[in-house]
Amino acid sequence: MAAVVTRDIVKKFGEVPAVNGISLNVPNGEFMVLLGPSGCGKTTFLRIICGLEQQTSGDLLIGGNVVNDIPPRARGVAMMFQSYGLYPHFTVRHNIAFPLKTQGAPGAEISKKVEWASQLLGIGHLLDRRPRQLSGGERQRVALARALVREPTALLLDEPLSNLDAKLRTSARQEIRQFQQRVGVTTIYVTHDQVEAMGMGDRIAVIDRGQVRQVGTPSEIYNDPADRFVATFVGAPPMNIVARNGGYLGFRPENFLPKDMVKDAAFTEFKFRVDRSEYLGSERIVYGTLEGFDAKDVVTAKLPPAHVAEEWIRPGEWHPFAVRDAALRHFDNDGKRTSRH
Amino acid sequence: MVAIADSVPKPAARFRFILDRRDVLGSLMVGPAILYVLLLVGVPFLMAVYYSLSAYTIYDPSWSFVGLDNFEDVVADPVFRQTLYNTFIFTFGSQLLGLILGKFGALVLLRPFPGRKLVRALVILPWAVPIALATVAWQWMFDSLYSVINWTLIALGVVTRSDAPNWLGTPHLAMLSVIVVNAWRFFPFAIVIFLAGITAIPQDVLDAATVDGAGFWRRNYQIIMPMILPIVAVGLIFGIVFTFTDLSIVFLMTMGGPVGATSVLGFSGFQTGIVSGDVSHGAAISLFMLPVLFVVVVAMLRFIRRREI
Repeated sequence: MAAVVTRDIVKKFGEVPAVNGISLNVPNGEFMVLLGPSGCGKTTFLRIICGLEQQTSGDLLIGGNVVNDIPPRARGVAMMFQSYGLYPHFTVRHNIAFPLKTQGAPGAEISKKVEWASQLLGIGHLLDRRPRQLSGGERQRVALARALVREPTALLLDEPLSNLDAKLRTSARQEIRQFQQRVGVTTIYVTHDQVEAMGMGDRIAVIDRGQVRQVGTPSEIYNDPADRFVATFVGAPPMNIVARNGGYLGFRPENFLPKDMVKDAAFTEFKFRVDRSEYLGSERIVYGTLEGFDAKDVVTAKLPPAHVAEEWIRPGEWHPFAVRDAALRHFDNDGKRTSRH
Repeated sequence: MVAIADSVPKPAARFRFILDRRDVLGSLMVGPAILYVLLLVGVPFLMAVYYSLSAYTIYDPSWSFVGLDNFEDVVADPVFRQTLYNTFIFTFGSQLLGLILGKFGALVLLRPFPGRKLVRALVILPWAVPIALATVAWQWMFDSLYSVINWTLIALGVVTRSDAPNWLGTPHLAMLSVIVVNAWRFFPFAIVIFLAGITAIPQDVLDAATVDGAGFWRRNYQIIMPMILPIVAVGLIFGIVFTFTDLSIVFLMTMGGPVGATSVLGFSGFQTGIVSGDVSHGAAISLFMLPVLFVVVVAMLRFIRRREI
C-alpha cells in the first residue's frame, strides 16, 4: 500500500489534450473519487496511473518512487474495469489466482490468498464456475477479489458499478467502501455519478476538460464549490446560478425556500415566479424565474416534506422566497468563487 | 364508414399467407441448397462407393461386384501407403506453417503503422490469385536452373552454385516446396481468422491481463490464444479439409514426383481413376479421405464445443 502522487500529468492524443496538467496527492489508505462528466479525461488519467497509457509529460509517483517508465506489471497497482475484464475461459478460482501466477507465487500461497479474497467477498461457493455463469453482481465481486488478491499498492476502479442495476448499485457501493476500509488500500475511484462520489469518497477530485477543478471532502465540494462548474455539476438539481452585478450568485435549491420558512435573521429575499412544479414523493421541485433577474436563468427550489402535499404553489403565481445569506455563494465573471461582490 | 380491409380473409385466400409460416418459408429457402448437395455431392459420392466395390474401368465398364478387393489391392501397394503418409505431411505441415505465419501476420497487422491498409489489402493476394498462375510463378522460383531462391542464396554466400539445392528434384525438398506454396496460399486466410478472433476480444480483458502482470507472451498464450481457439479451430478445419482433398499444387508443380515423394491422395486418385482409367481403384483411393476427414472434423467440433466460452 502506498501513496499515489501525480505532478502536472499531461496526456495528448495528437494535438488534443485528454489530461491537461493534473496534480493530485492521494495519501496512503485514502479513498479518492475522480468525478467528472464523460470525456473529461478521468479514465485516461486512471489508465496513466496503472501504466496502460504513457503520459506525454509529468511525473507519477507510487510509494514515493517515480514510476513513469515502469511497465504496468511492475507497478503493483490493481485495476477493476468497467466491464470487469474477467477472463472468460478461466474459472473464478483461476481468474482470482492469475495476478499471483504472473508474479510466480508458490502454489500453496496462491490457494491461501485466493481463499482469503473469496472469503472476504463472499464468493467462496462460486470458485469453480466460469464468468458467464455468474450474475452481474457476482462478476463484480470476482473482479474485486482479483484486484485485491495480491494486496496491491493502489486499487484503481473505473466506473465499477455502471453495469449493475440501480438496486444492486446501492448495496455494492456500501460493500466496496467497507472492503476498502477493512483492507486499507489506497483507492482511486472514477465515476460520473455524483451520488457514488459523495457517498463513498474520503475526498473528491472534480475533473473537467482534463483539469482538476476542485479537490475536497464531499461536504467541501458540495457546500463550498470552487467555481461554477463544480457548483452546477454536483447536486441534483444543481445549484441555481443567476447573473448579478457583473458576477454570479449561487444558491442550492434546498436553501431557496418560501420566506416564512427562513428562520435566520440575515436573509436575501427574491420574488419567485412559478412556472412548473414536480411532485417526487419525498420532495417537490419547483421551477421558475426571479423578478429582477434574467428570465433565462431558470431557478429551482426543492421544498421539504412539510410543503410536499400542499398545492399552494401554482404555475404563474408570484411568491416571496428567500435564501439565508450564509447559504449564498458568489462567483466572479470567470466563474471563480469570490467572497463577495 | 369505409371498410379498408377484410377482417377475416376469404376462404379463397387460404394460401395467401402461406409464406408467413416459418416452416413453409424455411423449407422453401433451404430446399435448393439441399437439392444441390444431394445431386452434386450425394449422388457422386454414392457412385464412388459403388465404383470402389466393383471392377469398373473405362476399358471394361462392367459393374461386376468385387467386394473389398479394390481396397485390399490399394492397401497392399507400398506406393499408396507412401501417398497416404505424404498427404498427412502435406496437410499438417502446410497448416502448421500457415498458422504460424497467420498468427505473426495478424500481430503485425494489428499495430498501426503507415500504409497498414495497403499491406492488409496486399496480404490477401496469395489467397485471391488463381492457384494455377501462382503455382507457375512458384515453379520458376524453385526451378533447378533459374531459381531466384538459389540465386539469392548464392549471392548471399550461403551455398555455392555446384551444391545449390534442386528444390523440385529432391524428395524431401520437393515436399517442403509444395508445403511452402500451400502455406503461402493459406496464410492470408489464417491472418483473417486471427484478426477476427483477436479484435473480438474485449479490450478490458487485455488491459486487465496487462495490469495483472502478464507480459507479451503470457498475454498471447494464456489469454488471447485460448479465447480465439474456437474460431481458429473452425479455420483449421477448413484448411485441413481443403488441403487434404487438394491436388492442384502437386499436379501443377511436381506431378507427384520425384518418384512419388509428393503424391497425395487427391492426385493419386485422379491419376489412377481418371488418367489411367482404373475407375474402381481410383474411387477406392479417394474414399480413403473420407474416414480421415470424418475423424478430424468430429474431433475438432467436439473440442470446440468443450472449449466454448
